[in-house]
Amino acid sequence: MRHIVSLLVENEAGALSRIAGLFSARGYNIESLTVATTEDRTLSRMTIITNGSERIIEQITKQLNKLVDVVKLQDFTEGNFIEREMMFVKVKAQGDGPRAEVKRLSDIFRARIIDVTDTTFCIELTGSGEKLDAYIKAMHENNVIEVVRSGSMGILRGEKSLTI
Amino acid sequence: MELSGSEIIIQFLKDEGVKYLFGYPGGAVLHIYDALQNQDDVIHILVRHEQGATHAADGYARATGKPGVCLVTSGPGATNAVTGIATAYMDSIPLIVITGQVPSHAIGSDAFQEVDAVGITRPCVKHNFLVKDINKLAETMKKAFYVATTGRPGPVVIDIPKDITAPHIKIPYVYPKQISMRSYNPNLKGHPKQIKRAVELLLSAKRPIIYSGGGVIIDEASDQLRQFVRKLGYPITQTLMGLGAFPGTDPQFIGMLGMHGTYESNMAMHECDVLIAIGARFDDRITGVTSKFCPHAQVIHIDIDPASISKTIKADIPIVGGVKQVLTEMIKILGNARQSPDKAALDIWWKKIKSWQDQKSYAYEQTDGVIQPQAVIEELYKVTKGNAYITSDVGQHQMYAAQFYHFDKPRRWINSGGLGTMGFGLPAAMGVKLAFPKKDVACVTGEGSIQMCIQELSTCLQYNLPIKIINLNNRYLGMVRQWQEFFYEKRYSHVYMDSLPDFVKLAEAYGHVGIKVEDPKDLHDAMKEAFALKDRTVFLDIITDQEANVYPMISAGKAHNEMELSPLQQEIQASLRAKGETV
Ligand SMILES: Cc1cc2nc3c(=O)[nH]c(=O)nc-3n(C[C@H](O)[C@H](O)[C@H](O)COP(=O)(O)OP(=O)(O)OC[C@H]3O[C@@H](n4cnc5c(N)ncnc54)[C@H](O)[C@@H]3O)c2cc1C
Ligand SMILES: Cc1ncc(C[n+]2csc(CCOP(=O)(O)OP(=O)(O)O)c2C)c(N)n1
Ligand SMILES: [Mg+2]
Repeated sequence: MRHIVSLLVENEAGALSRIAGLFSARGYNIESLTVATTEDRTLSRMTIITNGSERIIEQITKQLNKLVDVVKLQDFTEGNFIEREMMFVKVKAQGDGPRAEVKRLSDIFRARIIDVTDTTFCIELTGSGEKLDAYIKAMHENNVIEVVRSGSMGILRGEKSLTI
Repeated sequence: MELSGSEIIIQFLKDEGVKYLFGYPGGAVLHIYDALQNQDDVIHILVRHEQGATHAADGYARATGKPGVCLVTSGPGATNAVTGIATAYMDSIPLIVITGQVPSHAIGSDAFQEVDAVGITRPCVKHNFLVKDINKLAETMKKAFYVATTGRPGPVVIDIPKDITAPHIKIPYVYPKQISMRSYNPNLKGHPKQIKRAVELLLSAKRPIIYSGGGVIIDEASDQLRQFVRKLGYPITQTLMGLGAFPGTDPQFIGMLGMHGTYESNMAMHECDVLIAIGARFDDRITGVTSKFCPHAQVIHIDIDPASISKTIKADIPIVGGVKQVLTEMIKILGNARQSPDKAALDIWWKKIKSWQDQKSYAYEQTDGVIQPQAVIEELYKVTKGNAYITSDVGQHQMYAAQFYHFDKPRRWINSGGLGTMGFGLPAAMGVKLAFPKKDVACVTGEGSIQMCIQELSTCLQYNLPIKIINLNNRYLGMVRQWQEFFYEKRYSHVYMDSLPDFVKLAEAYGHVGIKVEDPKDLHDAMKEAFALKDRTVFLDIITDQEANVYPMISAGKAHNEMELSPLQQEIQASLRAKGETV
């Protein structure tokens, strides 16, 4: 099953490689990993999307927790949370018809066109992974020049939070 | 006090109570070595190979419970230390390894003798640090000791660039007495509810077994374990790493379990209805194939490392906590409990265990003219009255030592279990001997293993470390040969130790005493003589039965009740059966 694990990590050189190394050394899957510092500069916030049986996921969270650099960790999967991913897509857009079509589709998905040339559009889109997939599908493969996805990040709903 | 980085390192070690520093110099640690000269609080032991330094520090740690400390140079110094670091990691041994690094400005430039020590050691340390600022040096060292020695212990590497240790840069130094880390808070106290549930389950058992491991030794919890086992009256088995935590000569101890454990302990594991694992990690040498492991058992597991629990075997009652605290709690609850162990069921259970014991699974055939390896360990046990510190290398000799030397005290049996590192025994014995100069220290080894760190004989001379080396010389990489005999139809591929050195001459060349023993009749006297030579390192080269095998054995894919017995044991079993005495 797919799990979304959120971590607070010491903002130290090497912390990221410890976490990435753990996944490769123990043969766990990483679907995506996002990381950036938080408002507290000494901490990084990380979201990892992984999958595996319940036993594997239990080991993953335990092994992550065991890393000295990991301050706090939570598996959001069971709880109430919001998950978003951001994407840039560069598409071919030549001629009035196709350009209008891209704009129309982008409106439907609430995507934003952030860069324009005579022949291309660059679009920014935020949403769940499925939404991003659907957008790419709607664009037709042969029109898509380039896709950049951030990987998912997550936050708990309501008053709960992952903080120290 | 204004000190240079090098002086801080040494002053800190002094303040931390470190007595021995096992090391080997080189360019990146020259400043530190220069500072080492000016003091005599921290005694430096110059090994002959950095692997030796790590194993010696490791041996010291295992024997004393205090962290072992090493100092090596950058590049090849650091890579040579990796085997020892990984060895300590697998067995949860507190080790501090200070590696020199090229100067900060040169890091990343493929400088002379540069390796990414932090990167290379990352998967086999509990934690590691690169010191980037001299102002953080003392604090970092404190963190390293704190992390290495608390919770589930393990090795910690501190990588220190050369410029940090420069003699002319001095800063104020205060020993950081205490440290706290927001990201690291090991939990010692088990959950009270879980502990209560566990005791209830234990008291309801009809066929209980206690399976304890290295965690008991790590936590200095032998007394608690003894009380606990006594109170319950249940049989106890121990892992290779746990030997000595509970007295090996006690009737409640039914022997080691696992691949080369006793028939009775493995059968008891297979048939038990309640299993309590205490500071043991369900290693694959123990479980065999997990689908057939303890098919009838409810499992209680006490471990300080949550990741150890339900890793390979699911625990019905997990208890995260230190062995000592949890057992103390359990003993208290047992003392107040209205219920007591089921005496009648226990009697039947012990009867069954006795019948398994009657099969004498460690029995071996005595032979005229050829020394049996088991007999050497029995002799060693007799001559040292079971009081020696025994280190071991890896192979058949290691298993014989574990089977035939009965350890009544913790920290007496010192071997590499998790990584199985050949070459461990001799340097580890040096560390033990430094810790306990008045005690007998013997290294049980094989002609293959001993050659992996043989250079340390030179260190033994320099520091006058009168260790007794018991070389079970079967002219084979015996453990591998045994597998080739069993599973590759005796196709012996590269396991014959041809062109062996004359170990007696070799020992003499290193300035020690060498004694060769070939006849069983000479064994006793030779062993006595070796230990009588109180102030000499003695190399006993004992020519043993070349194709002796370690029995019993659980082969890969087999369950505990499918042990392979030696031909002799099969005979015993058959004759017991004929008399109708087996269950
Ligand atoms: C050739 C060879 C053959 C072998 N054959 C056998 C065999 O037949 N039988 C056998 O038993 N082994 C055998 N081994 C050893 C085996 O590989 C493992 O090293 C061993 O079984 C592990 O022992 P352990 O479970 O006690 O764990 P250890 O490695 O000692 O781990 C200790 C456990 O206790 C926990 N712990 C640490 N501190 C505490 C604390 N304060 N409180 C609570 N818990 C704590 C740790 O988290 C860990 O889970 C063999 C090894 C070799 C090289
Ligand atoms: C460094 C290392 N290399 C290889 C092995 C694999 N191995 C395990 S036991 C063994 C044979 C050991 O031979 P010896 O020291 O003569 O002991 P014996 O089994 O003959 O008693 C080998 C090669 C190992 N454990 N460690
Ligand atoms: Mg051999």
